[in-house]
Amino acid sequence: MSAPVLPPVAVVEADARQGSSPAERAAARRPKRRRLQNGQRPGFLAYGFLTAVILGSVFPLYWSFLIGSGDATTITRQDIVWWPGGNFLDNAAAVLTDGSVNFWRAVGNSILVSTVVAAAVVLFSTLAGFAFAKLRFRGRNGLLVFVIATMAVPTQLGVVPLFIAMSELQLAGTLSAVILPAIVSAFGVFWMTQYLSQALPYELIEAARVDGASMIRTFWSVALPAARPAAAMLALFVFIATWTNFFWPFIVLDRQDPTLPVALSLLQSNYFVDYSVVMAGVILSTIPLLILFAVAGRQLVSGIMQGAVKG
Amino acid sequence: MTATADRPRATGTPPTAPPTKRAPSDTTGKTERQIRRIAFSQTLSRWDFKYSPYLYISPFFILFAIVGLFPLLYTAWVSVHEWNLIGGQGDFVGGDNFAFVLQQPQFWIALRNTFSIFLISAVPQVATALLIAAVLDRNLRGKTFWRMGVLLPYIVAPVAVALIFSNMFGDQYGLINNLLGQLGIDPIGWHSEVLPSHLAIATMVNFRWTGYTALILLAAMQAIPRDYYEASMLDGAGVVRQFFSITIPQLRPTLIFVIVTSTIGGLQIFDEPRLYDSAGQGGASGQWMTITIYLYNLGWGQLNFGRAAAVAWLLFLIIVLVGLLNLAITRRIASGDNPQKVLDRASRRAARSAARTARTARTRRDQEVDA
Repeated sequence: MSAPVLPPVAVVEADARQGSSPAERAAARRPKRRRLQNGQRPGFLAYGFLTAVILGSVFPLYWSFLIGSGDATTITRQDIVWWPGGNFLDNAAAVLTDGSVNFWRAVGNSILVSTVVAAAVVLFSTLAGFAFAKLRFRGRNGLLVFVIATMAVPTQLGVVPLFIAMSELQLAGTLSAVILPAIVSAFGVFWMTQYLSQALPYELIEAARVDGASMIRTFWSVALPAARPAAAMLALFVFIATWTNFFWPFIVLDRQDPTLPVALSLLQSNYFVDYSVVMAGVILSTIPLLILFAVAGRQLVSGIMQGAVKG
Repeated sequence: MTATADRPRATGTPPTAPPTKRAPSDTTGKTERQIRRIAFSQTLSRWDFKYSPYLYISPFFILFAIVGLFPLLYTAWVSVHEWNLIGGQGDFVGGDNFAFVLQQPQFWIALRNTFSIFLISAVPQVATALLIAAVLDRNLRGKTFWRMGVLLPYIVAPVAVALIFSNMFGDQYGLINNLLGQLGIDPIGWHSEVLPSHLAIATMVNFRWTGYTALILLAAMQAIPRDYYEASMLDGAGVVRQFFSITIPQLRPTLIFVIVTSTIGGLQIFDEPRLYDSAGQGGASGQWMTITIYLYNLGWGQLNFGRAAAVAWLLFLIIVLVGLLNLAITRRIASGDNPQKVLDRASRRAARSAARTARTARTRRDQEVDA
């Protein structure tokens, strides 16, 4: 699309000024700081400290691999074992083929649930965020305040009635019961509203409108592409949150049809003697997110940083 | 939608037409003429403009009403009735469920445990995170590497964290007791005693969240104007002095929000204590049983939903009370020694970022319900 030449509409201009100026000011300030800091690199102490912190982050994972690659006796040895044994594949096979805990099914369920929830949250949040950020309608401010207010209420408060409702709807025990309560997120709406109010110039929307695009077309061809970075970030966080979620799936899911965290909890109650199998399960369930972290860790970091700074 | 109905308008209107004409309040003579010419598609387009925002926000509100708002309100109804998992709704019992719960020593044990675990996790966590953030805020080589390394535990599910640490903190053969033994210290009953079990669970929470908190604080630190540091350097202040005299005061709003959100999350803790042993009851004598474990046991162990709902409400009230307390303390500190004139712009920006931070963190916890 060519550069927007039309002057922004008067009614929305006020909003534009209000929304984007703090971010612009912050952005203008950032390079200055980098310049100032260059030259004075911190000493070994800082690197030593950070190395210790990272070792602390990695060690528990390494430890679980140590146990997971040993056998049932590893854990009972009086001297400490520091190197992995050769039984990881055996233990992993024990986890995967065990009849009482359907681990493969749990992997599939977790992938399905996390993907669907992430996709739905991103779609609904972007839609609502687009409307809140860029469209003018009666009750907009009030509704947005309501969305933000809902973030303050702990979801745990509703767990009992939610379970009753799911039972009434014949959904208890199914994956829908896990997906349904999670497919909208007040935070997601807020996040996309914040992002779009800065990242999407009114001129672009006006240009699309002038070219004859309907609202939904404008959303699809103008807002959605502009929202992509924030949407990817939101998808990442929602995916991880859903993947690691335990409480609600634990309550509502069948023991035969679990998600990964639920499967892990079952492994423990079945195998509490042989920790090496349990730990192999821990490693197996963490591998997918480790891969995700290797691919998108940078985005995760900047997502947290942005969530806290941008605005 | 009106995508197709809109098309004629696209060809019929000159592309240079001012888009203002679609806003009903801006009707001018020229606009009226055009409306008459392409009346139908124009009307559709105006409807599109007027009503589609509601369409876009409706999925959130409809679904939230069903899965968020309704359960919240319905909890109140359930909590004043006799309610059984199998039998469903029974008689109206008023405050009996609340009275029952409040008379149970288990409830008070759970309350004590929850606060104890929360306090010994939140305080060291924020302190450590501050330190990590301060180091990360220096001009490091390989920034991204260090930041990612610090964040790594965040992707490990709390359940997995609980399994790993409950193994490391094993009473008999656990790594920690082994190491202590080599130092000549008697083994500690990490699973049998109250305070050690709380320490172990707090360690799990801190393992997962410290890096995350550090990154939030780091983001707020980077918003502090560097001029302050420059000026203090000219005055001869060292790194430590700068940290306490500039960084900490400037971070106050973010710090407070980190504390508030970790309160909300911490008071709901479930995964870690639940998985700390294979029985999941919070210890033989409830050493580490938390309020949410108690809620779960009432609801899905004893099948008494009325009482479980009452516990949910009590938990909510406690969270609100603690939140208000936090707020009161915050207000006091903020209105006290803060030289508003100097910090005004910076602190306002920090407050904004803190508010956002809080929402990030809160939702992260909301989505996990039990983090």
